[in-house]
Amino acid sequence: MVNVDLAYVQDGTGPLAVRQFRKMGFTQAHNPKRKILFLDHASPSPRRELSNDHMLLREFAKETGVQISDVGNGICHVVVLESYLSPGEVAVGADSHSCTGGSLCAFTTGMGSTDVAVAFALGKTWMRCPETFKIRVEGELPKAVYSKDLMLHIIGTIGADGATYKALELCGSTVDGLSMDARITMSNIAVESGAKAGLIAPDDTTRAFLREHGREEHYVALRPDADAEYERVIEIDASKLVPTLSCPHFVDNTRTIDEIERINVNQVFIGTCTNGHMEDLRIAASILKGKHVAPGTRLLVTPASRSLYLKAMEEGLLSIFAEAGGLVTSPGCGACVGVHAGVLGDGEVCVATQNRNFQGRMGNPKGNIYLGSPALAAATAIEGRIADPRDYV
Amino acid sequence: MKLTGKAWIFGDGISTDHIAPGRLFHLRSNLPELAKHVLEDARAEFPEKVEKGDFVVGGKNFGQGSSREHAPTIIKLAGVNAVLAKSFARIFFRNAINVGLPVVIMDTDTIKEHDELEVDLSGGIVRNITQGTETSIPPLPDVMQKILADGGLASHVQKHGKLDLGS
Repeated sequence: MVNVDLAYVQDGTGPLAVRQFRKMGFTQAHNPKRKILFLDHASPSPRRELSNDHMLLREFAKETGVQISDVGNGICHVVVLESYLSPGEVAVGADSHSCTGGSLCAFTTGMGSTDVAVAFALGKTWMRCPETFKIRVEGELPKAVYSKDLMLHIIGTIGADGATYKALELCGSTVDGLSMDARITMSNIAVESGAKAGLIAPDDTTRAFLREHGREEHYVALRPDADAEYERVIEIDASKLVPTLSCPHFVDNTRTIDEIERINVNQVFIGTCTNGHMEDLRIAASILKGKHVAPGTRLLVTPASRSLYLKAMEEGLLSIFAEAGGLVTSPGCGACVGVHAGVLGDGEVCVATQNRNFQGRMGNPKGNIYLGSPALAAATAIEGRIADPRDYV
Repeated sequence: MKLTGKAWIFGDGISTDHIAPGRLFHLRSNLPELAKHVLEDARAEFPEKVEKGDFVVGGKNFGQGSSREHAPTIIKLAGVNAVLAKSFARIFFRNAINVGLPVVIMDTDTIKEHDELEVDLSGGIVRNITQGTETSIPPLPDVMQKILADGGLASHVQKHGKLDLGS
């Protein structure tokens, strides 16, 4: 049994959690300030059924005093990092990409609605302590190669079930040198190898992030024990990496930009908990500035939270996207989950900066999704076909 | 308890998008309706043809992807008695136990479409009646056995008033 410091649900998993909470006979939430409902997958709602789900969640927040992050505020994992989570905490989220919290060195993992409903009520859950894979990355990432490429390379190497039930420890000089945004991308994708968590030890970069968000006093110095045992150690030379994509329909179906056919692309989507952060938006804007999206290609840009949306607006990035012919959409999961705001047509190809490309993910089993970095996505939007960001950066 | 039914064969890597498609997100609060589409993107005929008591048989990494508990829930609602696979994705496996859907880890390579199977969870054996073979299956961890025996996590908590899973 373990105490849960923070528990959250989103609007796809929350309604079931609320129903199960009530079915189990609970009326009160344990420590409601540390329980959050996020309306982010259908933000704003495209259909009445989902609007009704939103109403259910708002009502539950009123009843129990748990926190609610309403439509437009941003994606759950991103707002959790901005406003709630600290190193050393244990958190559970009713969303598989809850592992994102590992970028702050909080043990954060994804669970189902009933498990999180129990955590909402009791402030506890049961867990088995996982074995760890150490992934040590050394060397300098080449130009136009980012943490997204690194992580896709790792998933392609280990496989979609290569780290099932394990905790990943992401370390090495390359990781040390990554910005917080770049680390978020890595922890976020950990679950795509089957892992339970993707942890990065806290350091000055972590401290600066906490300071920026008013939680510096929550910094904890955590390091693996000198005699820590790892089930597997994987060494990666970052200097050898090249822009990498995941191809339909599995995240571990990776190819490098040199190995792949530069097919025409109908939609480019830049956003999500994976790559909808300031660094991602800045890189994309720097490539798109003064250029135009190719005819026949749609560009969607979705900042991951309201605060990121406002910051991007201040920096003039949103104008760059709009002037280039892109659509800037409101903060949330957007096109990633296939609920609204960018569903693919039959046979269409999309290059997205998200973390998952399963068949049907973006709302159409006849769509084809490639995953890549924001730089690759921006380059692709300009060319109208899969493009090499090294030609643009 | 022995469960008998026929096997429906699915391949490796069946994802939660195969099981509960993203385009039907709005049906998550209408599970009986969502269950009418279970696994249809993997096998279009499955939701209509599956019969109560049948088994879903997968390969590696069954249930990969999302934490949506709706996935094992609708498999159960469709009448499936258990899911057998060579390996499962972590969140799906835990969710299946939580909703009272037995999950069995075993080598499924030799099972053929519509083989009649008998799954004996307490005895730890899966019998392929059609082929006349038997495979022993590993027991679930104690905590999971307790939850499954109580009919799932919500039922367990209703019964005990809390999490009563031992030390």
